[in-house]
Amino acid sequence: MSKNDNAKALPATNAGWFTKGLKDGIPICLGYFAVAFALGIAARDVGLSAVQAFFMSLGMVASAGEFAALQLIGAAAGVIEMISTTVVVNLRYFLMSCSLSQKLDPEMPTTHRFFLAQFVTDEIYALSVMVPGYLCPFYTYGIGICSVSGWCSGTALGVIVGNILPETVVNALSVALYGMFLAIIIPPAKKDRFLLKLVGISMAVSALFTWLPYLSLISSGFRVIILTLLIAGAAAYIHPLSEEELS
Amino acid sequence: MNRLKITLSLIIMILTVYSVRVLPLLFLRKNITNRFVRSFFHYVPYVTLAVMTFPAIILATQSVLSGVLALLVGLAAAWLIGDMFLVAILCCATVFISGLFL
Repeated sequence: MSKNDNAKALPATNAGWFTKGLKDGIPICLGYFAVAFALGIAARDVGLSAVQAFFMSLGMVASAGEFAALQLIGAAAGVIEMISTTVVVNLRYFLMSCSLSQKLDPEMPTTHRFFLAQFVTDEIYALSVMVPGYLCPFYTYGIGICSVSGWCSGTALGVIVGNILPETVVNALSVALYGMFLAIIIPPAKKDRFLLKLVGISMAVSALFTWLPYLSLISSGFRVIILTLLIAGAAAYIHPLSEEELS
Repeated sequence: MNRLKITLSLIIMILTVYSVRVLPLLFLRKNITNRFVRSFFHYVPYVTLAVMTFPAIILATQSVLSGVLALLVGLAAAWLIGDMFLVAILCCATVFISGLFL
């Protein structure tokens, strides 16, 4: 068993795929735990209990999405703002689900699609689509169960232990999520000058909306929606993807 | 917000994010072909995350200076290393270390 678990020898059974998923999920689990801990501290700040924070992470499994959710709760946002912000902030999962749907065996029972949906995150999706041929859903379940356990326990622990940690440590952990966001957007922008400009412009306009009079009155949730629709829409109009980039 | 209101808010947002993920898997069995729509979806994550990161990162810490340092270290680390976990840790370390001096 130890000799044949290299990347070339793919599991032949559902159980084999599940085990491989559990193993491949370990680095994701560790990364999630650290970031979720910071998320837990943010959750505590807006008044969530450890149980609520745990179920938020289990239910949403989304870094930026949960972060936005906490901002909305903190700002006592209305239902429409909550739903529209959640849709916009998590719109990339919509894209990933579109892409993942192309990796599924049409013969696969539809029930799997309901379960797979819960595990569409940047990292789990990335590992799942890299599998050659059709995706065995049990592989995604293995990765998902391993990494989401780190995500949920990290969030709950952040709420509980966040109280005990000294101010300097809490302060330091508060930037973990932003670091993760930078690590998501900067590497692709490095290879694509247009993306780099797009990221720069988005940050600059966001700063204007944060500090300019009147514009700063717009809540942070709606700021994300408005700027995403405007800037990504303009980018798609000015610089639509070429046929090869689309394929 | 009280506990009940928070729970209700969470349920609304959990159902919303689940719908975003499950609908394409259930109903989209073909590729999207519209070029504008596909380009728009391609750019969405970059704009959303950029807007959420700046200027929030420099306002998250107690001193703006340590936030600015975390941003610079984060940008450099994301550019040079790119590993999500490592970049997050380096940003935290920057704020922690600068907090000892500021």
